[in-house]
Amino acid sequence: MRIGLFVCHCGNNIASTVDVKKVVQAGLKLPYVVFATDVDYVCSAPSQKNIEEAIQEKNLNRVVIAACSPHVHEETFRRVLKRAGLNPYLLQVANIREQCSWIHDNVIFATIKAIDLVKMAVAKVSHHEPLVAPKVGVEKRALVIGGGIAGIQAALDIAEGNIPVTLVEREPTIGGAMAKLDKAFPTLDCAACILTPKMAEVNQHENIELMVYSEIEDVKGYVGNFEVKIRKKASYVDYEKCVGCGICEQKCPSKASSKFNLGRGDGKAIYISFPQAVPKVATISPKHCIYFQRQKCRVCEKLCPADAVDFKMQDEIVTERFGAIVTATGYSLFDYSQYGEYGGGRYPDVMSGLQYERFLSPTGPSKGEIKRPSDGKKPETIVFVACVGSRDEAKGRPYCSAVCCMYTAKQAILTKEHLPESQIYVFYIDIRATGKLYEEFVRRAQEEYGVQYVRGRVSKIYTDNGKLKVRGADTLLGEPVEVDADLVVLATGFGASKGASTLAKKLGISHDSYGFFTESHPKLKPVETNTRGVFLAGACQSPKDIPATVAQASGVASKVLGALSKDQIETSPLVAAVDARRCIGCFQCLGVCPYKAIEEVALNNGAKIAEIIPTLCQGCGLCVATCNPGVISLNGFTDNQLISEVEAIVKG
Amino acid sequence: MSKFAYYPGCTLEQLAQEYDESARLVGKFLGLEFTELPDWSCCGATPSHHKNYLLSLALAARNLILTEEQGLDLVAPCPACSNRFKTAHHDLISDFDLLKKLRQKFDLNYRGEIGIFSLLEVISNLPFDLIREKIVRPLDRLRVVPYYGCFLVRPPEVTQFDDPENPTSLDNLMELIGAQVVPSEYKTECCGGVLGITNNQVISKLSGDILETAQKAGAQAIVVACPLCHQNLDLKQDVARSGRNLKPMPVFYFTQLMGLAFGINPKDLGIPKHTVNPMRLTNSLIGVRS
Amino acid sequence: MSRGNLEPEKEPVKNGTPPKIIAFLCNWCSYVGADMAGTTRLKQPEGVEVILVPCTGRMDPLFPMKALVEGAEGVLVSGCHPGECHHQDGNLYARRRLEVLKGFLPFMGFEEERFSYTWISASEGKKWQQVVTKFTERIKSLNGKKD
Repeated sequence: MRIGLFVCHCGNNIASTVDVKKVVQAGLKLPYVVFATDVDYVCSAPSQKNIEEAIQEKNLNRVVIAACSPHVHEETFRRVLKRAGLNPYLLQVANIREQCSWIHDNVIFATIKAIDLVKMAVAKVSHHEPLVAPKVGVEKRALVIGGGIAGIQAALDIAEGNIPVTLVEREPTIGGAMAKLDKAFPTLDCAACILTPKMAEVNQHENIELMVYSEIEDVKGYVGNFEVKIRKKASYVDYEKCVGCGICEQKCPSKASSKFNLGRGDGKAIYISFPQAVPKVATISPKHCIYFQRQKCRVCEKLCPADAVDFKMQDEIVTERFGAIVTATGYSLFDYSQYGEYGGGRYPDVMSGLQYERFLSPTGPSKGEIKRPSDGKKPETIVFVACVGSRDEAKGRPYCSAVCCMYTAKQAILTKEHLPESQIYVFYIDIRATGKLYEEFVRRAQEEYGVQYVRGRVSKIYTDNGKLKVRGADTLLGEPVEVDADLVVLATGFGASKGASTLAKKLGISHDSYGFFTESHPKLKPVETNTRGVFLAGACQSPKDIPATVAQASGVASKVLGALSKDQIETSPLVAAVDARRCIGCFQCLGVCPYKAIEEVALNNGAKIAEIIPTLCQGCGLCVATCNPGVISLNGFTDNQLISEVEAIVKG
Repeated sequence: MSKFAYYPGCTLEQLAQEYDESARLVGKFLGLEFTELPDWSCCGATPSHHKNYLLSLALAARNLILTEEQGLDLVAPCPACSNRFKTAHHDLISDFDLLKKLRQKFDLNYRGEIGIFSLLEVISNLPFDLIREKIVRPLDRLRVVPYYGCFLVRPPEVTQFDDPENPTSLDNLMELIGAQVVPSEYKTECCGGVLGITNNQVISKLSGDILETAQKAGAQAIVVACPLCHQNLDLKQDVARSGRNLKPMPVFYFTQLMGLAFGINPKDLGIPKHTVNPMRLTNSLIGVRS
Repeated sequence: MSRGNLEPEKEPVKNGTPPKIIAFLCNWCSYVGADMAGTTRLKQPEGVEVILVPCTGRMDPLFPMKALVEGAEGVLVSGCHPGECHHQDGNLYARRRLEVLKGFLPFMGFEEERFSYTWISASEGKKWQQVVTKFTERIKSLNGKKD
């Protein structure tokens, strides 16, 4: 055992608080340490070279580097060992910067602590064994979950890189939330007009396989080798035969509320989501269908010219293999009925921003004519309320949803264009208009269109004699304010998409307390997750507007193409292994493994023991702590290694 | 749980005697055992926490400890009292340092083991069948607006009772006794509260709005669960109606209306004591010619 | 309490020496949070020394017990917030095991307060600083009671 110790000054960062020379001296007194020196900047190219030389000249077979956090440079130092011909896992980093010199003032105590940290690292590394990273093959296919603008853009960009893509969408059409918009800010282009060419391209691209009305059932495997079960839900209409003529929807006698119009407006049990749906096919919703509920009707089946209706259809599960997965599952909107002070959802003339958008849209429930849902009259005074379910600690949504200031201004402008005589108020807290031409857009609403912006929150919305009363504050004037309104639009905030946390569990990725998926690093790795091979794009990560979503989607495509460009990749060797000789086959470990990485294997004599699949194992160590006989060990964090660190501190 | 320590507070002994009488009668009818808390003292109500936070906790805690010693839960008909007790309890059990300070400064040792309820809470939590079987004359000609005021349901994390924006417990009770509930957007709007005692302008605006919207909606009466609301809406109804074209409108305590439905004599329920004459309406409800 | 054989010239004053506390931090949340406390230069007492574990789910009750038995004055464990474990539910198992361990400590002759576990996310550097400072104070006062 020949351990080499390198203690970094990091310029002044470490050296001004930790007596680096003392640490070196103390290090030389430790068992097995045959070489110790201090270095100005260990991570610099010349210093790295010096370490390589020291390893070779002094015949070192273990290395301890006392410097910054291993999260910063552990990989760098591993490569140094590799270049010097030493197994890269015979390294231990002692964090004497972030967790020592930077948090202490007292030089004496900080140095004592740094020496302790070095003792721990030396003790631990003396128990390290060489480890070899397993190499695995790569399935050069990508899966994109979610067919909104993020998923569409990602799929197109990956497909252009000559990688086959499967795009899975749980609705009967792609397009996502953007397809529900009338116009998009700040350009006020028709959202459907800019989206539909991309949707058509996805449908026609030779490298894209589109699976609509399908959901992810189960995910197994690891980067390069994911095995995914996809459930193709029964739509009771054969999508191959359906030509989208719409006769079935016209003649269907049932009544339902339109899902695409978010519950505002009528629909039918058999429906085509919207006129530009891709694919343009009909789908039956069994809970509204008269045949499924009462065994009568079947008019659609009789009238269909393509004979596409099939009431006997069943869900179908298909299994596919992919090398990389992109989740682009979008968002859901805050349920405004949680605001009891705004009527708790009881007032028909109070609605969410997206519901109002449907009223503005020519494909919506009132064909683009703005009418009060309660009595069908044209509204004269319309009030927009910003930050409903955003920036609100009391409702558990302290964050800003990024787009509402802009979409409120947009809707105010569009309302003025529909109803030039109307009076429009916007109650706001701040205006977030950070994108290109965004600030100018909001100004237009105020100056060109005469929309009244009132800075203050709305405390209560109630009714009096059929009119909606909006009570709030004008903080710039310092007065309470009450507006009689005909229609109120609540700018509801973004939340995680329904089912996001279930999908996250299937993919093995984490999410924050709001359900938004967690990126690997918020600044430097915004499209990767901590699960290798699973990437993310769009609002499923955090609220964002369309330009940011498209940019992120293209970014994720480049990462996916990079990951799938290799024929082989290395997985981490810091995984657990069962000592087969001592396993008693209780399978407690199997029950706790979050990655389903443990399986039962039969021995020659028929007895069953546990075996860990190294490429699936993520090295969490839960099985190790669970195993009662203690026969599982985790490379890099064995019981001996961890206890040696404890003893190094307390025994000295 | 049908045994309670009963905390009348100052108003039920004075201005709101009819609430006390009707509450005890109705409680007996429903099989609830109300034992007045021995040696109870002021709860602190609104002035105390303005002056000294720890003192306000001590004033409330003294009564809570007495209740603990009885081994019972506490019911306070006055919402200001019940809200004060619930607030003190909530603050104390979530901060050990406060409990320690209370012990050190006031020698008060609160364990936090009792339940604290307003009277509306206790009665509306009873099984409806139990109440229904006591009804002998449903008040089916009464159009009434249930008015909650603010202390009963706010702040929600302290009161933990009903919905803070759109409560329905009193509405349900009224429907149960046969009355027709007139919906109101003002059911939790402030009546003027303690300010009403000294400031007529406040009553004129706030209580006036409550009366006006109730009357416009076609109600014959307002039903309350709070002595202060009753004072602002009944005792000072002439102030509330000033400047508005409104007819006098009787204001009842919910226990009085329940008592009427149970067949109890209006006199025993203290109904004739009200300022705005309720007898015409009451007699029509119980089928007596005025 | 012997600290081993490392002190050359300057022997630190006894009552100024920070108590020796071992902290087990999970790699994905708490270790990063502690690093973040470092990058934002949040000052802390010097006694806490960190051992990295891949997940609090790796925590064998043996480790804190051994630490205390061998002479550590306090033990801290910190991981991702329950519900947000990087490894799905490792920290939920940890929570149960560590709570049971806490109950056992008095039987072993240790004050329960010498062991604490907490949940600190990667962005909660400030909270880590508060935990370290408060815990160190608590250990100091426990030590004071013993003398």
